[in-house]
Formats: sequence, C-alpha cells, structure tokens
Amino acid sequence: MLVLEGKELRIVGFLCNWCSYGGADTAGVGRFAQPTDLRIVRVPCSGRINPLFVMKALINGADGVLVSGCHPRDCHYAEGNFYARRRLEVIKGLLPVLGIDPRRFEYTWVSASEGQRWQHVVEEFTKQVHALGPAKHVPDAPELEALAKSAV
Amino acid sequence: MSIQEELNNAVKATLPDVECVIGWGGGPEALRSAPLFMREEADVEGFKAGYFSVNNPALYLPEYKGKKTAVVVKGCDARSVGQLIAEGLVKREELVIIGFPCAGVIDVDKVNTLLAGRCEPGEVTAAREDGNAVVLDTPAGEIRLDKKDVTADKCGRCMYPNALIADAFVGDKREPAMTEDDYADLAAFEALPLEERMAFWEKEMSRCIRCYACRNACPLCVCRDHCVAMTRNPHWVSQADGVRDKLFFQVIHATHLAGRCTGCGECQRACPVGIPVLMLKRALSRQVENLFAYKTGVDIEGTPPLLTFTLEEPKIKERDW
Repeated sequence: MLVLEGKELRIVGFLCNWCSYGGADTAGVGRFAQPTDLRIVRVPCSGRINPLFVMKALINGADGVLVSGCHPRDCHYAEGNFYARRRLEVIKGLLPVLGIDPRRFEYTWVSASEGQRWQHVVEEFTKQVHALGPAKHVPDAPELEALAKSAV
Repeated sequence: MSIQEELNNAVKATLPDVECVIGWGGGPEALRSAPLFMREEADVEGFKAGYFSVNNPALYLPEYKGKKTAVVVKGCDARSVGQLIAEGLVKREELVIIGFPCAGVIDVDKVNTLLAGRCEPGEVTAAREDGNAVVLDTPAGEIRLDKKDVTADKCGRCMYPNALIADAFVGDKREPAMTEDDYADLAAFEALPLEERMAFWEKEMSRCIRCYACRNACPLCVCRDHCVAMTRNPHWVSQADGVRDKLFFQVIHATHLAGRCTGCGECQRACPVGIPVLMLKRALSRQVENLFAYKTGVDIEGTPPLLTFTLEEPKIKERDW
C-alpha cells in the first residue's frame, strides 16, 4: 500500500529523537513503503511533548496526531516517557467533549531498530484516520469567512 | 447562637495571629457578594457567610504566601485550598482555615433568567434567605424564588459540603448531596453526535470576549501575569478574533488544570457571557479520576498524579498495534 485511496490527509507525528525518529529512519533505510500522509516533528523526548502540541494541531485542522517515543523503561532520559504516558492518556479524555473523534489521536512506542513495526504503525494509523475522513475545521473567524463568501 | 455569630467569633479569635482573614462581604449589587479582607475587629461587621457567598476565597491565598493568613471556606473552597497545599503553592502552617457547613450557593445567572420580564438584573435592592426560598425586593414588588431553582449546579453534585481541612469548624456537619460524582452532565453531552458537540462549542465560544475572567477567577491558575496564553514566543494564542483561538484558550485552561481542578465552578460563574467552560475541566477531572483514582484537593499529603508516575500503569490500556 503505497498511497492510500483518495486525497491525502494531514497527520502530524511527534517523534522522540532517540527511538521513534530512529525507527522511522530505519524504515526508510530498509525501503519499507509507507503512506505519505504523516508529517514528522522531531522532539528530544516524548516527555518534551506538551499536550498542547497535540491539541493545537487538532484544533488547527490536523486530521490526525501520532505521538511515538521510546518503550517504557527505555527512555534516554530515564523517565520522560513515563510522564508522557500519563499526560497523553489524560488529554484523550478531553477530545470527545470538544467534538473531536478520539481515534484521531494515538500514542505508541517504537524503538530505533523497529523499522518494520514503524511501517506497521504508520499504515494502521493512516488507515484509521482515512476511515474517519478529513477533520471538521474550527473556523478561524466565521464573520470574516461569511464576508468573504458574500463578496464572491 | 447562629452560625454567623459563631463564625464572627471564630474570625475575631483568629485576627490577632494573622495578616488578614479572607471571607465574604457585600458586593456591588444586592445579589452579589464580594471577597472581604478583614484586618481588624471592626471589619468583621461586614462579614456575611451563607447562601450568597459565591466567591472562592482560596483564589487570594498564593498572593499571601509567606504571611500567616486565615480563610473562611465552604466545602468546595476547602478543596481548592487542599489542592494548593498539595502542590506546595501555599503552606499549611501559614494558614488558618475556618469552615462551616455549606448548604449551597446562589447562581445569579439563574435568578436573572427567572426575573426576565419582571425587572432588570441590577434592580434588585435587597435579597435574603427565608427557609427554602430566596426573597428579593424589586421595583416590581417582593419576589419569592424557590432555592432549588436558583442554586448553582455544582451544589447539586457536592460531595464535600463541610470543609475537609479546617482548624476551626462552626456548626453541625451536613450530609453531602452526592457521595460519588457520576458525571451525568458529561454523559448527556457526549450522547450528542460529534459534529453537534463541535458546533456547540463554536456557537458558545463565538460569544467569548476574551476577558480572561475565567482564568482570573480560578484559584489554581497561579501563573497570573506569566500565563502561557499571553506569551509571544511560543505564540500559543494569536490576537485574531476567531473562534479557534478562543476555544484554544479554553483548551489551555483545561489542560493546565488536568488533575488539579477541584470543580469549584468559579470559571463558569465569572464568565460574563455565560459559556459553560467548566464542562471541559470536568472532562479531564473524570479522566484523572478514572485513571489514577485521584480526587483533587482531598488528600493534602499525596502527590498529584501528573507530577509522578509508576512503572506499570494498571489503568492505562495502551494500544496494541
């Protein structure tokens, strides 16, 4: 599955430098075909990920957000991913109330050697987001939008 | 001796040892109370605790850190104080907490809705309690309202009407309205389709005037002038007058209160345009309660759940890819 059917969606990935970013690199070096919807942001550690990164991406129109870090107990900084796990799990509770499908956000652990697993994660998550379709955008300024429409 | 007299005596007894005692006094309108800072015995005359004491005096405690301060609290205020202590934002030994059994507080927005057509919100000249009723003097004559119609929603799900931590407690302890929060309001909202939920926030947030009263009224928003929403770098919230930025500010407020919000409802009460912002915070409170079995502001010794971790998280079910 090189490119999924239909229009490409925008998925933002926050990847820890030490594991998942390396894992994505391994997948690239191994030439494992992946869907192209994912845009990767490299962060020093999954513990660096402010939950607001995820919320800002989703509210500003990302169709999906994927966070990936080192497996628990494997953190380069010893405990960053333990804190990340709690924070990321907690913000999942906010999505349904905001009207954002909770399936648009996932977090997982992929190590630097797991190229194959990375391919699998990206494929599965992209499929999951494609099944939901494009996210509904929160309008930036409805009055201006209406004005622009009436002017046309 | 009435509870008010007993409270007055307790306050007077505390005054010599502290910088000030924070309580409630008369506000700008008959229906509204305002925080009262009592520094000498004469100030106690204006002190009034009860059905109209809506403000959360815990809001002012971080400012008084380093000085011995006393505070009169309702049950919900005591939880805010408890959470501030648990996070080290105030010190237990610097506080004198005076509690009383709270029978619920008024929701002025509900009163104004009921008065619509009979008189304007600011025209009420006097308000008093009379058993299960609130009696208002208005230009249209005396109006009696049933307390159950004008009591704040949060009081209907109050689990701790008596201050959990108190150095002095006045009066007899009350039975809570609820022993366990069932989050029925959230469940009802989540029964709506996703699109309707988002449309709801779009509609509600379009009224927001970005006055940040919700933040300023929050006893746990302790960053004050260093709020992340005011920074230019990172530029979390832009100056654009759009629903997206307004909603994102509420998301910031809610996420920064995850595992900290005690549900005192001050954000929602302070909102001048009546946006139900407490719902977002309750969604995160429910999540924290389910995941970590942590009730905010109840245990002043424990570590808040997002400041710690365990190697194995029994309640977190990670996705199996």
